[in-house]
Amino acid sequence: MSRLHRALIRDLWHLRGQVIATALVVSVGIGAFVTMVSTYQSLARARADYYSTYRFADVFAGLKRAPDSLAATLRLIPGVAAVQTRVAEDVVLSVVKLAEPATGRLISLPSAAQSGESLNRLYLTAGRYPSPWSDDEIVASQTFARANSLSLGSRIGAVLNGRWKVLRIVGLALSPEYVYEVGPGMVVPDNRRFGVLWMNAEGLATAFNMKGAFNDLSLSLARGASSKDVIDAVDRLLAPYGGFRAYDRTEQPSNRFLTDELGEIEVNATYIPAIFLAVAVFLVYTLLVRLITIQRSQIALLKAFGYSNVRIGMHYLEFALLIVALGLTIGLTLGGYFGAGLIGVYQQYFHFPVLRYRLGLSLILFATAIALAAALGGSLTAARRAVRLPPAAAMRPEPPRSFRAGVLDRAGLIRRLDTVTKAILRNLARRPWRAALSVLGIAAAVATVVIGRFMFDAVNALMAVHFDAAEREDVTVTFNETRSRGAVTSLRELPGVLRVEPFRAMPALIRAGHREKRVSVLAVPPSGTLRQLIDARRRRIEVPPGGLVLTRKLARILGVVEGNHVLVEQLDGRRQQFTAAVVRLSDEPVGINGYMDADALAGLLGEDAPISGALLQVDKSREPALFASLKHTPAVAAVSIRSATLATIRAIMNRSFILMTIVMTGFGIVLVAGVVYNSVRIALSERGTELASLRVLGFTRVEVGQLLLGEQALLTLVAIPAGCALGALICRLLVPAFDRELFRLPFILTGATFGFASLVTLGSAAAAGCLVAGRIARLDLIAVLKARE
Amino acid sequence: MQVRGVSKTYRLGEVEVHALRGIDLELQEGELVVILGASGSGKSTLLNILGGLDTPTRGEVRYRDHILSNANDRALTRYRREHVGFVFQFFNLLPSLTALENVELVTEIAAHAISPREVLERVGLGDRLHHFPSQLSGGEQQRVAIARALAKRPDVLFCDEPTGSLDYPTGKRVLEVLERANRDLGTLVVLITHNVAIAAMANRVVRLSSGSIAEVHVNPTQASAEAISW
Ligand SMILES: Nc1ncnc2c1ncn2[C@@H]1O[C@H](COP(=O)(O)OP(=O)(O)OP(=O)(O)O)[C@@H](O)[C@H]1O
Ligand SMILES: [Mg+2]
Repeated sequence: MSRLHRALIRDLWHLRGQVIATALVVSVGIGAFVTMVSTYQSLARARADYYSTYRFADVFAGLKRAPDSLAATLRLIPGVAAVQTRVAEDVVLSVVKLAEPATGRLISLPSAAQSGESLNRLYLTAGRYPSPWSDDEIVASQTFARANSLSLGSRIGAVLNGRWKVLRIVGLALSPEYVYEVGPGMVVPDNRRFGVLWMNAEGLATAFNMKGAFNDLSLSLARGASSKDVIDAVDRLLAPYGGFRAYDRTEQPSNRFLTDELGEIEVNATYIPAIFLAVAVFLVYTLLVRLITIQRSQIALLKAFGYSNVRIGMHYLEFALLIVALGLTIGLTLGGYFGAGLIGVYQQYFHFPVLRYRLGLSLILFATAIALAAALGGSLTAARRAVRLPPAAAMRPEPPRSFRAGVLDRAGLIRRLDTVTKAILRNLARRPWRAALSVLGIAAAVATVVIGRFMFDAVNALMAVHFDAAEREDVTVTFNETRSRGAVTSLRELPGVLRVEPFRAMPALIRAGHREKRVSVLAVPPSGTLRQLIDARRRRIEVPPGGLVLTRKLARILGVVEGNHVLVEQLDGRRQQFTAAVVRLSDEPVGINGYMDADALAGLLGEDAPISGALLQVDKSREPALFASLKHTPAVAAVSIRSATLATIRAIMNRSFILMTIVMTGFGIVLVAGVVYNSVRIALSERGTELASLRVLGFTRVEVGQLLLGEQALLTLVAIPAGCALGALICRLLVPAFDRELFRLPFILTGATFGFASLVTLGSAAAAGCLVAGRIARLDLIAVLKARE
Repeated sequence: MQVRGVSKTYRLGEVEVHALRGIDLELQEGELVVILGASGSGKSTLLNILGGLDTPTRGEVRYRDHILSNANDRALTRYRREHVGFVFQFFNLLPSLTALENVELVTEIAAHAISPREVLERVGLGDRLHHFPSQLSGGEQQRVAIARALAKRPDVLFCDEPTGSLDYPTGKRVLEVLERANRDLGTLVVLITHNVAIAAMANRVVRLSSGSIAEVHVNPTQASAEAISW
């Protein structure tokens, strides 16, 4: 080992506090990057494997009823590789340990003859498929079964087309169609109250009068085929059979959600590591500058001995590289650890046959390259200083720091302050760039903590708006098909029902120019109070008779504004079309819909105002009785209960957002501590003599500590509001990533979040500062009297 | 101020360095005492102990009712703050503060301070109040340092080679300032120097040799700073 290398190791040891602080910041940047990217890659890979092995379809369509023979015609559509026809029905389930009714989606299994080309195959995790002749054996979604503690042999009660039937679980399975198993109209999965059940086609068709017919279609595409063309062809063929619009994977709910989530991870994988690595570059730079200042004479000596500039520059580059290498090692370890942990969290929401965590070599190399760039970025300018130092100048001690009356003095701002504050302000003003970068570093930390709490705030606000202002019903009952208004009467007679408001959810295709979207048009009675349309300020919007109200997001998708006309194509019933004016836009945060006045819609369609379900307001104390009877009510396809939904969302928030808050807060603490520790160490090394001489003059440790830490305290105080603003800005930029069809996060940050971020920052800055301030006790007072500063 | 049997031993690994061996000394209020001695004879060590920067290994140091030997950091800090002024060979001013502010720094924490402007005028720097240290000459810086030390009306002023880094005329001005402080304010001044000529100013001259007092010489008359030359 050469002398220089030995010196390198001694320097690293000597500056170990700053070396560790810098390495930690690097490690968080690299760690965050590796966590996010490896999680992304693991999920994406699991999805790709799952979809191809279990033949996830490319195009999907629902319809009212078509004869099985149509399948052959569908197969002839150019670009179609395989066709799967099924019967799928939503039914109300009665699960033993669950007070409320659950919603089950019954899907027919392909017969043995068809199974060769079947799509959306199941991954059987336990048990077996139903025997060919059985009409009560089912394969249940493993997720649903687990959530309800159901196992092989358990029984579930169901109302099939008005008849009570007991189903028996003989197998448990996962399906590529339900990686994210979320029920109709739900934002988050509620695995206790929604589940998929598969049974023999024969039995299901018999129960629902669908013998020889199907109401659900999946297609796979030949390589290179256009899904758009196939969808158009499918729509033409299905039109006479009550076909709803076909759609491709991008609109398939489970896949859609998975894609959104992956997109979110991708966003997180860019800006969080970027913040940290930028700060790391700054820290490496200041650390090296300090080292070079301390070693001026040593550098001169080396140069005098004939060491080349390159060799000396390399020495300091190596120093930076070693620090970053340490950070990289910790970062890769952290990244691997958190990535595996995150995959564990995702396993609770996304159900794959295998979701294995993988940290690939290419990612490790990429992370290394990024770390290397950070090391070079931080050290090149600093090392150039060492190279530029002429040997003679370097032999002399660094000239005394010169101060001049600055802007602050001339403005007369400084005169009235106490002397210690003056010293602090002048020191800051002398190195404005260093001060600005410190502020930026601390502000980045504040922002990180703010961002960590953003989801929490935003989802809380979303829920407040959605459940307090928009959807105020206690229970929503959906019928399995539209009924006459008379059906309301039977609901009114159920126990505990205080108020019933019928609604019609008409599946429709809304077209504006060449854009179109498949949505529900909700028809609500004008006197309704349980479901309200609201504007951006949560004020109630009245649905004007004859006009159409669109969710703002839907209007954006269609490219229309208030006053435009759109074409509404009914996708059920008599499939009529009409043109309607968009009279208002509404701002409910969940889902996208069209809204019309119930009577106006009925008039336009020439119908007798049929209803698809009802919103109920119920007496809390009689809920158990109500739920018990809903479990057995015929013709009900789905029951959704507000209190259960709220509880589910809260549970998910608590699980994932608290984790997010903790991780981001931890990141923030590392960042603040790293920046502050570094700055205070540098201040101490630059001004140690100055401070020791004050101690000699009778200043107490605390007073000297104030002078040392005052600068950083001031910078921290400036950085906190700046960081809050930066955090708010980044959250604002993140909001579009959450502007989805399923839900839209509002841009809301609470005072509590800013307060929390400020406190965390102050606390960790104080802790880091005090760690260094402890060294004041060790200042050598006697050396001051001897040494030249 | 009483010093009884004070010894200071530094331990460097196996080797023991006896910097002071059994010093007995009494300093009166208002005296001007010069300590002479060869390099390494223990002058600075003694001064540091008297000034409350260090504690002796053995022996006792008393200042009025304070016992400085074996006092803790807090008590020593208070002693320095309330009674002691220091002048260093290398000034040690805060570069970020002007001359005036450097003095104010000390008067802000003192109980019976002299006005900073007045004290700076007294050392002849009335026209340099708003200069930063980097804008002052060495002698001017040293006078600011003395003004800083005097501004809080210390009872004792310790000076370790105050003229060591100054040229002849500048050194003389500094000595005049010290002399005036001793005379006008009645401050006990303890001054270390290598310069034998300076000893003529003193009431008493203490000569150290290898950590012991070799000789205490009482000057019957003191030469004024102006009169001495080297
Ligand atoms: N911190 C220390 N550790 C070990 N030995 C020390 C220490 N400080 C001083 N000494 C030793 O104590 C002895 C007295 O030192 P001191 O600094 O008091 O001498 P001095 O008379 O002030 O010399 P000079 O005129 O050169 O300033 C010397 O031999 C010195 O080497
Ligand atoms: Mg000395």
